[in-house]
Amino acid sequence: MQDYFYELADFAETLLKTPEVVLLGFSGEESSFVRFNRSAVRQGGAVEQRQLALHLIGDGRRVSTQITASGDAALDRERMGKALGDARERLAVVPQDPYLHYATEVRSTESVQPNRLPEDEGQVVDAIVKAGEGRDLVGIYMAGGIHRGFANSLGQRNWFSTYSHHLDWSFHLDGDRAVKSAYAGFVWNPAEFEERMIRAKGELQALRQPPRTLEPGRYRVYLAPQALEEVVGLLRWGGFGLSARRTRRTPLLRMVADGAGLDPTVRMVEDTRGGLSAGFDEAGFLKPDQVTLIDGGRLGDPLVSARAAKEYGVPANGASRRESPESLSMAGGTIPRQDVLATLGTGIFINNLWYLNYSDRDACRMTGMTRFAAFWVENGELRAPVNVMRFDETLYRMLGDNLVGLTREVELLPDAHSYGGRSTRSLRLPGAVVNDFALTL
Amino acid sequence: MSTPIERLEAWFREAAPAVSFCSLRYVSERSENVSVRRGVVEPIASGDDAGVMVTVADGRGLGYAGTCDLSRAGLQRALERARDWARRTQACAVTDFSAATLGEVRRGEYRTPVATPWDSMPLPDKIGLLREQSERLHADPRIVDWDASLWHTETETLYLTADGTRVQQVLSHLVPGLGCTANDGSETASRTFGGRGFCRQGGLEVLEQAGFSEAAPVLAREALELLAAPNCPTGAMDLLLAPDQLILQIHESIGHPLELDRILGDERNYAGTSFVTPDMFGRYRYGSDLLNVTHDPNDPGEFASYGFDDEGLAARREHIIKDGILMRGLGGHLSQQRTGLPGVANSRATSWNRPPIDRMANLNLESGDATFDGMVRSIERGVFMQTNCSWSIDDSRNKFQFGCERGTLIRDGELREVVKKPNYRGISATFWRNLTHVGRPETREVLGTPFCGKGEPNQVIRVGHAAPACVFAGVQVFGGEVVED
Ligand SMILES: [Zn+2]
Repeated sequence: MQDYFYELADFAETLLKTPEVVLLGFSGEESSFVRFNRSAVRQGGAVEQRQLALHLIGDGRRVSTQITASGDAALDRERMGKALGDARERLAVVPQDPYLHYATEVRSTESVQPNRLPEDEGQVVDAIVKAGEGRDLVGIYMAGGIHRGFANSLGQRNWFSTYSHHLDWSFHLDGDRAVKSAYAGFVWNPAEFEERMIRAKGELQALRQPPRTLEPGRYRVYLAPQALEEVVGLLRWGGFGLSARRTRRTPLLRMVADGAGLDPTVRMVEDTRGGLSAGFDEAGFLKPDQVTLIDGGRLGDPLVSARAAKEYGVPANGASRRESPESLSMAGGTIPRQDVLATLGTGIFINNLWYLNYSDRDACRMTGMTRFAAFWVENGELRAPVNVMRFDETLYRMLGDNLVGLTREVELLPDAHSYGGRSTRSLRLPGAVVNDFALTL
Repeated sequence: MSTPIERLEAWFREAAPAVSFCSLRYVSERSENVSVRRGVVEPIASGDDAGVMVTVADGRGLGYAGTCDLSRAGLQRALERARDWARRTQACAVTDFSAATLGEVRRGEYRTPVATPWDSMPLPDKIGLLREQSERLHADPRIVDWDASLWHTETETLYLTADGTRVQQVLSHLVPGLGCTANDGSETASRTFGGRGFCRQGGLEVLEQAGFSEAAPVLAREALELLAAPNCPTGAMDLLLAPDQLILQIHESIGHPLELDRILGDERNYAGTSFVTPDMFGRYRYGSDLLNVTHDPNDPGEFASYGFDDEGLAARREHIIKDGILMRGLGGHLSQQRTGLPGVANSRATSWNRPPIDRMANLNLESGDATFDGMVRSIERGVFMQTNCSWSIDDSRNKFQFGCERGTLIRDGELREVVKKPNYRGISATFWRNLTHVGRPETREVLGTPFCGKGEPNQVIRVGHAAPACVFAGVQVFGGEVVED
C-alpha cells in the first residue's frame, strides 16, 4: 500500500503546472468486524477502504478534494487527473488564503509495524463465543491493518502502518447492569484473552447482589481510568487547541481568562511518542514527541494546527484541524491500585461514565451518567451495585479542590471508536478518588 | 462507455453465488463544503466517494464485505469474503439469517425533488453569500468567533439482490450553518442557526425555506444579549420548548429507546439499551393524550427522506405513538422478524462501508391546536428555551438532561427577561406525560441533524425531525455555575 501511494504521489507531481504544489494524504484500512449479542454473532464482515486527500496549492490559494482510491492503478490515475483538473478550475476562482501554511522543509519518515495478527479469524470468533457460553456477551471484535500516508510535491514522504485487534465487550446481567472490558493489542494472545475473560466474569459476580438506589447528593467517589476516559474524552473537544483558546470557546475558559487551576498533581501531555497514532499531520508537519498541556494544575501549551499557527502567528506543533489530542497521557499519583478501596473508604466505586456533555461550558461543568458497573463501598468493602445516577460537576472541583488523589498506576486505553474508520487514538490515565462529587438525578 | 452502476449490475448478476440470499449496495457520494470563518474563506473542500457492500446469507449465517475496489475482480473478492464470513459465523449466528431476509422482489426509484440545484450557483457567488452573512454576524468587537457555511451532498445508491430486487435512489442534502460567539472576560455566549439543525433535503431553495439570509443579525444581537443576561433560575416550573430544542428531546427520549435493535440488546455494549420492553407495544402510555409521533420518510424536504430503506423495504408514514399510546417500534425487516413487533422501513447504513442497522429517519411530533401566544399565556411561571447546545441521557434512555443557548423567563403569561445557560433534567417515562400544550402548524419547524451516532462498528447518520413548540408542566430547571467572588 505504501508503494502504491508513493507511486500515485509521483504521478500527481507529473500533472502539476508550475508553480503549483500538491499535498496528498492517505488513509486506509483492511478491517474485520464481528459484532456479538447474547454470546452469538449479530454481524460479521470485512471492510477495505482507501481515501486520498488532495490539496492543490497555487498563488497563495488552496482547494481540497477527497477521492476514493480503488486500488486499481489505471482507474486511480484517471480519478486523480480529474480531481486535479477540477481543483485547478476552482483554484482560479477562490480568494487568496491568508492562513495557508504547510511544511516546506522536507522531512520523510516511515513507521511500519509487522502484521502479527492471527490468520484464522474463525478461531478468534470461536474463542469469543466459547468464552461467552452461559453468559450474555455483547460487543465487537475489530482487527486488521490501518495505514496513513503523506506526500507532497516538494519530495516529502511519510508512512505509518499498524496492525491491531480490539475486542470491546461487556457481560450483561438484566437491565443495564454489566461489566465492561476490552482486549486490544498487536498479537492475539489466547492466554491473555482468557485471563481478561476470567477477570470480567469475576467482576460480574459482584454485580449479582440486589442493586441500591442512591439519593441525589454529594458523594465520595472513585473514578476508574475508564470513567475518567469519558471526562478527558469530553475535554478533547476544544479543551486543548489554540483556536478554542483564542476565540474563548474553550471549556477551560476559567484557566485561560481567570487563572483558575486544577490540583497541582494534575499533569497532562500530548504524548505522541508513547501513543499509537501516526506522527505527522495533513500539512506535512511532524509532531513533537510531547506537548505539555497541563502542568502543576496550570494551563500549558496548546495544540496548534498548521492553519491556526499562521492565523495567530505561533509555531505549529502537528495538530490536526480540530486541534484535539490523539495520545493524551495523564500522570499518575500516589495511591497504589490495591489501596483504592481503602482510600475510598465509604462512597461509590464508578467503573464507567457515559454520555458526558457540558451543563455550563464556561465553568467546565459537565453532566453525565454512571453506566454498567458502579458499587456502593463501605469501609473499603464493596457492598452492592448502585443503579445509574446522573452527575453534574465542574472539572475544577473534580480534579481540583475535591481531588483526594490519583492512582499510581496509569492505564493505556486505546480508543474503540470506528466512525468513518478505526481510530488510532489512545489515552493513558490513572484513576481518581474525589470528594463531594455531585449526583443530581 | 458504461457507467459504474451498469458495470456493477452486470457483474453482480453474473458473479452472485448460488446461496439463499445475496445483495449488493453501491453508494456514491459527492460533497462540497464552503465555509467562511472569522471573515476568511476556508479552503473549499469537496469529496467524491464510492464503494460497494455485498451481503451473503449461507446456511444460518450472514456475512458482509465492503470494498472501494469497484473492478470486476474486486467485486468477486468481496463476494468471496462475505461468503466466508457467512460460513464462519453460521454455527453461532444470533438468529437464523436465511429466514430473515426480505424474500420479496422490489423495484423502484426515488429522487429528492430539487428546485434550485447546488451547481446552479457558481462557487464565487456562494462565497459572496457567505461573506455577506459573515460580516453581519461580526456586528460588534465582542463577537470573537463567527462562521457561515454551506455543506451539500448528493448521494446515489443502488440496491440489488440476486433474486431481482433493484432500487435506485438519489438524495440531495443541504446543511446551512451560521454561528457566532461573544466573549467578555470569563463569560462566553454562542448563538447558532437552529443549533445547526436547519438541514434539509433539496437544493439551494432550502436557504429561503430556512430563512438563512435573515438570521445573522438576530444571532449576533442575541449572543451579545446573553453576555449580559442573568443566570437561568432553579426550580420546578413550566417549560415552553422551541422546535430547535424539542427535536433533541424527541430524538434522545423517543427515537432511540424505540429502536428495536436496542430493545433486542444489540447496542448494549455501545449506544445502550432501552427502558422500553416488547410487552409495552400497543398499550404503554408514553405521553399525554396530546402526544402523536410519526415516522415519515416520505416528507420530501425533510433531511432523512427516502423511498426505500437500505434493505429495499418501501417507506411509509406510520404512527409510532398515537394519542399518547406506544404503537410501533423503529426497526426494519430483520428486527421485526426477531421481535415479532411492528416496525418501519428504517434499516439504514451510513455508507457502503457499514452494514445497515435500525436507524430512525424522519421522526416527527405532530402539530396540535395551541397558538404560541396562547401557550405563553397559559404559563404563570416558566421558561421558554431555544436551540439545543447540550444533551445527555442514560444507557436505558430514561434520565436525561438538556441545555439550551437561550432562555426567556415567562411570568404571569408574558415573556420577560432573557436568561443564560438554561438547563433542565427529567425522566423520559414521566416527562412526556406532562406534555400540556402542543403548538399549531405555524409553530412547527422541519429540522434534523447530520450526526446521529450508533452501532458497532460506529456509524453516523442523517436524521430528520419536525416539531411544533410545546409546553411541559413541572420540569426541573436550572442555570449555570454560580460564581463566588
Ligand atoms: Zn442519535
